[in-house]
Amino acid sequence: MTLEVIGISVLWLFLFGYIIVASIDFGAGFFSAYSHWANKQHILHRIIQRYLSPVWEVTNVFLVFFFVGIVGFFPKTAYYYGSILLVPASISIILLAIRGSYYAFHTYGGTERNWYLIAYGLTGLFIPASLSIVLTISEGGFVEAGASGVALDYGKLFASPLSWSIVLLSVTSVLYISAVFLTYYADEAKDERARALLRRYALLWSGPTMLSALLIIYQLRYHNPEHYANLWNVAWMLVISFLFFVITVWLLWRQRRFGWAFIALLFQYAFAFYAYGISHYPYLLYPYLTIYDGFTNETMAMALIVAFIAGLLLLIPSLYLLMRLFLFNKAYVKGKWEGGKG
Amino acid sequence: MNGYDPVLLSRILTGLTLTVHIIYATIGVGIPLMIAIAQWVGIRKNDMHYILLARRWTRGFVITVAVGVVTGTAIGLQLSLLWPNFMQLAGQVISLPLFMETFAFFFEAIFLGIYLYTWDRFENQKKHLLLLIPVAIGSSASAMFITMVNAFMNTPQGFEFKNGELVNIDPIAAMFNPAMPTKVAHVLATSYMTSAFVLASIAAWHLWKGNRHIYHRKALHLMMKTAFIFSVASALIGDLSGKFLAEYQPEKLAAAEWHFETSSHAPLILFGALQEDGEVKYALEIPYALSILAHNHPAAVVTGLNEVPEDERPPLYIHYLFDVMVTIGVFLMVVAAAYWLGSIFRWKWTAKKWFFGLLVAGGPLAMAAIEAGWYLAEVGRQPWILRGYMKTAEGATSSAHVDTMLVLFCLLYMVLVIASATVLIRMFRRNPVERELAERANNGEVAP
Repeated sequence: MTLEVIGISVLWLFLFGYIIVASIDFGAGFFSAYSHWANKQHILHRIIQRYLSPVWEVTNVFLVFFFVGIVGFFPKTAYYYGSILLVPASISIILLAIRGSYYAFHTYGGTERNWYLIAYGLTGLFIPASLSIVLTISEGGFVEAGASGVALDYGKLFASPLSWSIVLLSVTSVLYISAVFLTYYADEAKDERARALLRRYALLWSGPTMLSALLIIYQLRYHNPEHYANLWNVAWMLVISFLFFVITVWLLWRQRRFGWAFIALLFQYAFAFYAYGISHYPYLLYPYLTIYDGFTNETMAMALIVAFIAGLLLLIPSLYLLMRLFLFNKAYVKGKWEGGKG
Repeated sequence: MNGYDPVLLSRILTGLTLTVHIIYATIGVGIPLMIAIAQWVGIRKNDMHYILLARRWTRGFVITVAVGVVTGTAIGLQLSLLWPNFMQLAGQVISLPLFMETFAFFFEAIFLGIYLYTWDRFENQKKHLLLLIPVAIGSSASAMFITMVNAFMNTPQGFEFKNGELVNIDPIAAMFNPAMPTKVAHVLATSYMTSAFVLASIAAWHLWKGNRHIYHRKALHLMMKTAFIFSVASALIGDLSGKFLAEYQPEKLAAAEWHFETSSHAPLILFGALQEDGEVKYALEIPYALSILAHNHPAAVVTGLNEVPEDERPPLYIHYLFDVMVTIGVFLMVVAAAYWLGSIFRWKWTAKKWFFGLLVAGGPLAMAAIEAGWYLAEVGRQPWILRGYMKTAEGATSSAHVDTMLVLFCLLYMVLVIASATVLIRMFRRNPVERELAERANNGEVAP
């Protein structure tokens, strides 16, 4: 395995991590806001708050990891994506800023505002939509590189059915991943009313995610034939992914083993995400930038990998502690230590 | 796009983000240490007042951390969005500390989450205090890593520049560049100092209003002592920074001190106004002081601006920034010393209302000095973004729409600053310390 491949694999893992944790977070925010609007707040509010409270900052760090890491391993991405993404990434930052800060103001500061709750819920859908644009752009066809620099063609981007399908997948996935996780979480908390409602949401969103994924594959055939052809080489991964999808839906349907349902979902997304990533290889940005011509020097790559391993040795025990104390602590999940905060 | 200047706009937007971020970042670095000190004193003295201080500070602290996280994410991305050429070049040498900063912050975030939600889970307060240590280490380490990157922009090393390409890259040498030791030390010391003054301001505010509750007195006393220690440290390190500049970045020192001609026995110019003909008026000249600051010897030769090519000289207005930073720093050190001595010798004038008024101003003043110091550091590096290798204009983006983004971010930061201040004020007003003390007394936790 070359250093380039190690680098991009590590980064891909982080992006996968972000997609899962952030989806749970974004979806939970949306469900929370929706339940308020639909007068079902009493069912969902407590369970969602208890999950979100101790982990919100951690979510953001996954994203920061990814973009700091990609500029570290592939400094040329700073030039290409940095120049192209000024507007879309700035919009994402602003949405993330509104969401993150108001979440803290609300939870720790006790500010109650209806319009804020609605804004909070909506950013949960807009942020994934705006971030997913990066994946669309990476497929090529929306960027012009000239002597004066690189520029994004917004007209093409907004008119492209591919970009809208990717937006659709990101939004439906957020709702689906989140609902499956929270169903499991509610089950752990023995909160049956919340579990029943969230299970309904999970089943409701399972179909649309699959449909929008198929839509993307279909459109890729016309938009980027090379990538589409490569996708066929890893078709077995997509089949495995689909099998895991079936397992999740079946378990949810039979109302049992919600934990396994979520684990199957993780495998479903991991296989699909890696199939997508592997078939994208070696391009970071079609057709301008590959992982080989964008790569940093060998010394820096080694240093980053060493730092990464050292960092993981530090972080994994800490994350384990966090999970032991909150996410998977039976007493906490059930609402003991309600007054523990400050 | 008539007159559209992406370089200038990128500079303004980056400056704006940093101006806002540095407020929350400084607090974010310093306050965990202050909370730890208060909780530790509380455990040692078995005094619930200090424990309550730690609790209340933590509650406020999370709000500022939230804003620090989002403005930090913004600047992290803006480095690539606004300075793609710079990041493409410098990223090859200096991404290691940037990467490690993320780890340090991650570490901090995890333990802050745990600390915040486990006040009542441990029988033994000491165990809870242990959770704060990773928070304090994480926040100070992330300040150190980021400052390393900034130091690298001032004194780049750890590579060779051949035919427009960087070769023989040594990331460790890049991290431990000459500017690093003084810069990191100065950033950490002033963050602790400023945080202590900010917290002292809050206590002084209650005393100034006439609330003489012992809780506020204890808070003020603890923080003023801490602030004094770190102001002395900041001043000493500031002196070392002067020596570093004289050695490695003489143009920055010369521009900040209006030292136009190389000379020995150089005086230090304080205050004053630069006239259009280049003459300095109304200045306070301290004989030999610049030579001492630069080389520890009154007769030492200090390099003047005349030895720097004209297109590589920093703007001269940075002298005013230097004035602001140093004046506030010295003033606050004196105030803190007076407070401490006053409390030892029971002076009457340090317990008067007007003196509390001074202490209230201490926090905002310290923050103003932080801002002035960072402007001095950044503007003083101009015209370079990577000193000696890349000018700021070469590093910037050429994208359209930087102007629109500037407006959007202006609005965002306005909302964030106002909202965070409002939330903090309302949070503490709604739950004044007297009420909380009374409640805890009812629960049998503390004698009122």
